[in-house]
Amino acid sequence: MGFMDKLKNRFKQNEENEEVSEKYKEGMKKTRSSFSGKINDLIARYRKVDEDFFEELEEVLITADVGVMTVMDLIDELKMEVKRQNIKDTQEVKEVISEKLVEIYYGDDDEEIEQLNIQKDQLSVILVVGVNGVGKTTSIGKLAHQLKQDGKDVVLAAGDTFRAGAIEQLEVWGERAGVDVIKQGAGSDPAAVIFDGIKAAKSRKADVLICDTAGRLQNKVNLMNELAKVKRVIEREIPGAPHEVLLVLDATTGQNALNQAKTFSDATNVTGIVLTKLDGSAKGGIVLAIRNELNIPVKYAGLGEKITDLQRFDAHAFVYGLFADILEEEE
Amino acid sequence: MAFEGLAERLQGTIKKITGKGKVSEQDVKEMTREVRLALLEADVNFKVVKDLIKRIKERAVGQEVMESLTPGQQVIKVVKEELTELMGGEHSKIATADRPPTVVMMAGLQGAGKTTTTGKLANLLRKKYNRSPLLVACDVYRPAAIKQLETLGQQLNMPVFSMGTDTNPVEIAEKALEKAKEEHHDYVIIDTAGRLHLDSELMDELEQLKNTVNPHEIFLVVDAMTGQDAVNVAESFNEQLDITGVVLTKLDGDTRGGAALSIKAVTDKPIKFAGMGEKLDELEAFHPERMASRILGMGDVLSLIEKAQTNVDEKKAKELEDKMRTMSFTFDDFLEQMGQVKSMGPLDDLMAMIPGANKMKGLKNAQIDEKQLVHVEAIIQSMTKKERQDPSIMNASRKKRIAKGSGTSVSQVNRLLKQFDEMKKMMKQMTNMQKGKKGKGMNLPFM
Repeated sequence: MGFMDKLKNRFKQNEENEEVSEKYKEGMKKTRSSFSGKINDLIARYRKVDEDFFEELEEVLITADVGVMTVMDLIDELKMEVKRQNIKDTQEVKEVISEKLVEIYYGDDDEEIEQLNIQKDQLSVILVVGVNGVGKTTSIGKLAHQLKQDGKDVVLAAGDTFRAGAIEQLEVWGERAGVDVIKQGAGSDPAAVIFDGIKAAKSRKADVLICDTAGRLQNKVNLMNELAKVKRVIEREIPGAPHEVLLVLDATTGQNALNQAKTFSDATNVTGIVLTKLDGSAKGGIVLAIRNELNIPVKYAGLGEKITDLQRFDAHAFVYGLFADILEEEE
Repeated sequence: MAFEGLAERLQGTIKKITGKGKVSEQDVKEMTREVRLALLEADVNFKVVKDLIKRIKERAVGQEVMESLTPGQQVIKVVKEELTELMGGEHSKIATADRPPTVVMMAGLQGAGKTTTTGKLANLLRKKYNRSPLLVACDVYRPAAIKQLETLGQQLNMPVFSMGTDTNPVEIAEKALEKAKEEHHDYVIIDTAGRLHLDSELMDELEQLKNTVNPHEIFLVVDAMTGQDAVNVAESFNEQLDITGVVLTKLDGDTRGGAALSIKAVTDKPIKFAGMGEKLDELEAFHPERMASRILGMGDVLSLIEKAQTNVDEKKAKELEDKMRTMSFTFDDFLEQMGQVKSMGPLDDLMAMIPGANKMKGLKNAQIDEKQLVHVEAIIQSMTKKERQDPSIMNASRKKRIAKGSGTSVSQVNRLLKQFDEMKKMMKQMTNMQKGKKGKGMNLPFM
């Protein structure tokens, strides 16, 4: 059985999976049509697998913001594979390409990497970080809603004391999700707000505390130090916390996303990524690059503006979404 | 990481061809491949890159490069010229209506920085052009967006017009215009909600807004970190709204900003301003040529020179250079130099502008913490005159006194003394290098 069939069967067998993949298919309609469309174009145009073909393939992947280094690695591996299996026809290459993409994403790990680390009988702290304007506060609102739906008692801490209107924005999301927001005034010390949040969450025996932070560009050393301090405060108050440090990434971001992931990891040891704005025409290929170069998994994907539009990230569904056109065409 | 400037990228190829009497077509091909990768790494859209490479190849294969003595440098020059031409000239003027108020409309994706830019633009209009703008809160969708603009208005002490979240943005804008006329505001800046270029309903709303208020300027606000998708976004907004200009935000980050080139190429509309920080006075005129350098990873040499020229007293600089050469550089000079450097702006900005700074040993991962500078300053200021002139007299009790006086520790004082010593050594090397033949590793690609 070919790789594509395996992928297809995965979603045929299980109805729940089918539902997940439908959501991705819907959310990533634009992404998919452009990406797999391009691969199809490419394959139609080139009948022989030669240097020009690989060069063009390289471009297709780069256009998906996959990241230059990752693309280079992928192309090298493909070239090897093509030689090894003596593939001359571009149609056969298609299978190898998608297989490699999934392989890059999972590596030696299994799907466990996408699970959120929530403790059973203890307060779990989630610290949310990222550059300006990626959608941290919005993602927190959606995540709070989702955890609440799962029966968790959630508290939010308004750690973005810098941007005008940020506290109010989180409060609106808190209302929508029906969870409490711990806050201080604008301009107060974020570490102090988070400290308050921990105290409050502990005293009301909440299950999850989600900490918002101000957006900051990763090259601002002072601001990154401030973030490290916030994390230290959490570590000091609760051993083993924060249980998750989620980096929110805008899917429209290009190669700089790698810098973001690297620098935020250095400061706060990022455990997972929330990939937002995947409902646009951006390709989200950066996910592969970050997994490949930094080994950080994606845990959630933002697929729209509604409070329910945050999905558990599922790389199979993601790749299925990318390649759905190709898969269906073969039936 | 994956980010190398063009100059570094070309090093390998250049090494191969130096010493060769002639540059072959194969060499040029290799060089243009490196150029291509450098541009792609900088997030320039691949179609834009393709066109550029075609033109660069034509010029490179011609006499211009192949017969030059320094083909590598020549390729970089050709690339930069092409990029600069594509980026166009400078256009940082804002339109002024014959009959006020001038209406400015902001548009863009979510999180691009429209609201912040609205505040910055208003501040610029007042400070530089002595105008009195009215800010209009038309983002009725994002929670607390109106509150955000109102807070900015308070900070700037400027009026903000809002009607809550239940009114249609078009109606809000209309009412705001009436109010502006009544109260004699000469500019009206309309903040709108972020939206996806694919969302036809919201895009239609923008068009309706445009048709109602007839703005004199429509700025598309774009995040400088945007990847390949920048072309799609810019194209869609431009098609629907016929924008008049672009504001590139978050340029104070460490992104190469190739999106700038992509946007210019697909819309042919000028990039007028650049957001350079979170504070409300950090909106600057956009300099296309410097952007070209930045995309190529050659550092913003021009900006650096300009900053240095305005801030460093030339006579003092000459004195300093002499002192460096004669090794009579003291802590007093160091303090003075620090003051001059600090007046140029945040240090990491300056570092980013020095070409090859990221390649220099020791500087590669240097993270500059401005707070540490304050410590350094305090330590030096706690020294006696004699100690500053001649650090060699430093002993344990002196160090203890200095540490106490500056609120630091002896180990910090020691560290500074050691760094100062190393710096002096480095200076000696540098001045020797300048005297000798072309400095190895220190020559700037364009100087």
